Amino acid sequence: MSGGEKKPRPPVEEGVVLTPEQLRRRRARNIAIASVLGFLALLFYVVTIVKLGPNVLNRPL
Amino acid sequence: MSDERAALSEAEPYALAAVGEGLASPRDFFELLKPRVMSLVIFTALVGLLRAPGDVHPVIAFTALLCIAVGAGAAGALNMWWDADIDAVMSRTRGRPVPSGRVSAQEALAFGLTLSAFSVVVLGLLVNALSGALLAFTIFFYVVIYTMWLKRSTPQNIVIGGAAGAFPPLVAWAAASGSVSLEPLLLVAIIFFWTPPHFWALALYRADDYARAGVPMLPVTAGPDETRLQILLYTLFLVPLAASPAVLGYAGLAYGAVALSAGGWMIVLALRVFRRRDGEAAVKAAKSLFGFSIVYLFALFATLLGEALVGGLLR
Repeated sequence: MSGGEKKPRPPVEEGVVLTPEQLRRRRARNIAIASVLGFLALLFYVVTIVKLGPNVLNRPL
Repeated sequence: MSDERAALSEAEPYALAAVGEGLASPRDFFELLKPRVMSLVIFTALVGLLRAPGDVHPVIAFTALLCIAVGAGAAGALNMWWDADIDAVMSRTRGRPVPSGRVSAQEALAFGLTLSAFSVVVLGLLVNALSGALLAFTIFFYVVIYTMWLKRSTPQNIVIGGAAGAFPPLVAWAAASGSVSLEPLLLVAIIFFWTPPHFWALALYRADDYARAGVPMLPVTAGPDETRLQILLYTLFLVPLAASPAVLGYAGLAYGAVALSAGGWMIVLALRVFRRRDGEAAVKAAKSLFGFSIVYLFALFATLLGEALVGGLLR
């Protein structure tokens, strides 16, 4: 191979490129999952308070 | 959409999902829950909750209702996962998320299983074990007994499978009281016997759809005339059954009046379906019965709900 010749560069691997629509839907799904998780945490907290009532503070230290 | 996908969508719409685009929006997943069915489940469950004896804390009642709704939705998602092939060839269902390719079958399966497990465990742990067990049985009945077994194998599919749609008030009653008695079983029986005339009225004017999909609905296997007779017989049994809570003292005069007047109209419409057997008049009669059957069930449960609320205020 002579030193003066330039080898063409291999194409850069870009992987899967999402379209703007796919990005928007993925973001919407993420927000929905986060909202559900937040709601569940709140629900479990409130139900714990409701079920235990004043006993929520009654625990060995 | 590429040519390849366009060709795929014409040949076999539900196979689009196999392309694995991951394009589903939260709305598509919400559609998997069959929101219209879910709203009826929430409504009938609310009646069971409010009519059950004993005082249940509003937060616990809300949790129970949420779990029942999510459990019913999960069963709907599993139904759409299993039935994607027949949904794709029926005009009424081909726009659903799985056959239209917006959600993959695997996504629907994972979504349905996750929500089923969550709703049952949360109901069992936060409310009571009996209601959790009943909800698990309801989901199992709808998905395995109805969807996987009966739907494609017998014309009695919606008769037996209707039990799954009838259970929500019983689950809610168990959630509120921790027990089961005759009154919620009557509510279950009303929905159970309401289901065949309701669905067969729809099947009468959608028989081609069901035949194309290979679903053995009664009009397909036994013919429209036999279906009309069965609709009439079930309606004649349903109307006195629906009035029985008033006779047995579980419900008041208002309920009795609504059950008899709306029930009388159900019988009139079922008779019209029985008599008008040809042409546009037959289709119109079936559509009228299908539409009014929803109003009828809603009126019965709304009156029960109203009586429970008024009774609660007067207590």
